[in-house]
Amino acid sequence: MKKMTIKALAATAMLMLAPVAGFAGGGGNLHLDHVKIDMGDKASLQRGFKLFANYCLSCHAASYARYNRTASDLGISEIMLKENLIFTGAKVHSPMKVAMPAEGAKDWFGKTPPDLSVIARSRGTDWLYTYLRGFYLDPKKPVGTNNTVFPDVGMPHVLWELQGWQEAAERSEDGHVTKLTLVEPGAMQPEEYDAAVRDLVNFLAYLGEPAQLERSRLGPWVLLFLLVFSFVAYLLKKEYWKDVH
Amino acid sequence: MGEFNPNAKGLLGWIDNRFPLSKMWNEHLAQYYAPKNFNFWYFFGSLALLVLVNQILTGIWLTMHYKTDGALAFASVEYIMRDVDWGWLIRYMHSTGASAFFVVVYLHMFRGLMYGSYRQPRELIWIFGMIIYVALMAEAFMGYLLPWGQMSYWGAQVIISLFGAIPYVGDALSEWIRGDFVVSDATLNRFFAFHVIAVPIVLLGLVVAHIIALHEVGSNNPDGVEIKKNKDENGIPVDGIPFHPYYSVKDIVGVGVFLFFFALIIFYAPEMGGWFLEKDNFVPADPLTTPPNIVPLWYFTPFYAILRAVPDKFLGVVAMGAAIVVLFLLPWLDRSPVKSIRYRGWIYKIALAIFVVSFIALGYIGTQHPTPTLTMLGRTFSALYFAFFLLMPWYTKLDKTKPVPDRVTFKKH
Repeated sequence: MKKMTIKALAATAMLMLAPVAGFAGGGGNLHLDHVKIDMGDKASLQRGFKLFANYCLSCHAASYARYNRTASDLGISEIMLKENLIFTGAKVHSPMKVAMPAEGAKDWFGKTPPDLSVIARSRGTDWLYTYLRGFYLDPKKPVGTNNTVFPDVGMPHVLWELQGWQEAAERSEDGHVTKLTLVEPGAMQPEEYDAAVRDLVNFLAYLGEPAQLERSRLGPWVLLFLLVFSFVAYLLKKEYWKDVH
Repeated sequence: MGEFNPNAKGLLGWIDNRFPLSKMWNEHLAQYYAPKNFNFWYFFGSLALLVLVNQILTGIWLTMHYKTDGALAFASVEYIMRDVDWGWLIRYMHSTGASAFFVVVYLHMFRGLMYGSYRQPRELIWIFGMIIYVALMAEAFMGYLLPWGQMSYWGAQVIISLFGAIPYVGDALSEWIRGDFVVSDATLNRFFAFHVIAVPIVLLGLVVAHIIALHEVGSNNPDGVEIKKNKDENGIPVDGIPFHPYYSVKDIVGVGVFLFFFALIIFYAPEMGGWFLEKDNFVPADPLTTPPNIVPLWYFTPFYAILRAVPDKFLGVVAMGAAIVVLFLLPWLDRSPVKSIRYRGWIYKIALAIFVVSFIALGYIGTQHPTPTLTMLGRTFSALYFAFFLLMPWYTKLDKTKPVPDRVTFKKH
């Protein structure tokens, strides 16, 4: 623990004292593909939830989100939810936990897969969209794949049966992979896969902040009220200030 | 002390015999005479009060569900965002309110700079205001640790470690502040105590002192003319109007417009593109992973840029402190015979413009990853920031001023 403390302090000190040092790690400057997020597209959110439950929830938790809240926000019935989207035997009102033990996960992947509840808010949707389409074959890695925006990521290409396998086609001077080619097709056409990933990212954007549905529903009314309020207040002010000369 | 009035009628009369309710109402509202020529810039004082009330009320409700525990804090904020009825709205009102507080306070202070509101006899109003500003910075800094995200954690780590730069006692001091060798659960708990109890009490007391001092000497105005110099036969300033109802109804218009923009952010851009809620703060605090770029929230970045402009860490901390201390001295640095910018010469106008540009530029530089160009710019603007204050005794004296009218300028609207 002491050693870690010193490390943490040293890192802090370095940040303070070496203002000119670069921090290019984590692929911060890489090109990200833009994805259009639409909370009004319920069908896309539902498809995204389905992909999420099938492919993500087996390793990643979303422990701040509850199954039934998510389902009702997305217009999915409780029966549908129980029969098609809960695979862990959890109760409908439970948070989305993982069956996999955290310790085992750490042994298998080098790191416990992060909770995905607010991943869209910390990573951004463009990053997620690019990341989920950026896996390519790399025999040097223990899981056999690597990623364009998250080099040396511990996560394998979970969606391979949908996308198929890609290989690195071009690299930039500093070694970043800039272009991929599909070498073995999956169950989906590339456009279909992009659309599926978009659904998934759309869902993750919802998951990051379920309140945004309510926000956009209430927003116009609150603003309208404040406009009327300000106008009435202005008339009142004008009336009173008539006697100020 | 009032005489007991046996003829006093009704509840108010009963109270007035025991508590100076009508007296206070009159002294501070109904018979407090404010200059009639207040303009746009005079909205921000009452708005600061509004935001203070907003922060206290939303803060109380957040405390009902927030968990002050390193293992639970992050999750409890998400619980508020998802499971607590209206929790998301209260949280966004609080997080947006923090930034809004600094917006209105900076504009309020700029108003003071423009119209010389800190000049004699208002030095103490300015000093109380500056202490409020410092307390507000402490309040915001400690509150930012509470969500216990990565930026909360590492921001606190970096800022507290600044105290470590003080010779001899620095390390012991920063350890004492943290209550541990690193920012930890102990730090979170004490910051919570300060954020929700200690600093708010101090803030409220200071706000009262700020307003009492203001009402003692009377408000300044865009002309910098003392309205008390011209009184009618009843001793009422001829250019003064009762604060209530004239400015209470006017301030309500300001409140409406302010709340419109406030709501616009809460409902449509609560993260404000990462300026009000930072991306990295949606990752739980992890003492073993340092985020690539640790930046304080926007309202601190001008001072952070001054800190980084100095190559030596200790001297950087000194410069950052001096940048705030020098503001306290403002009433005694300004030697101009006039108060308001309206009657000052071009030298002060240019100096103030350079100061504003420097402050905003420093604010921007403080958010960026330092490059050699930015570091050089940071140094230049830091020098200009200090020059505004340190050269003030000379250039305000040199500056050619215009004659100040006896009465305020006012166009009926």
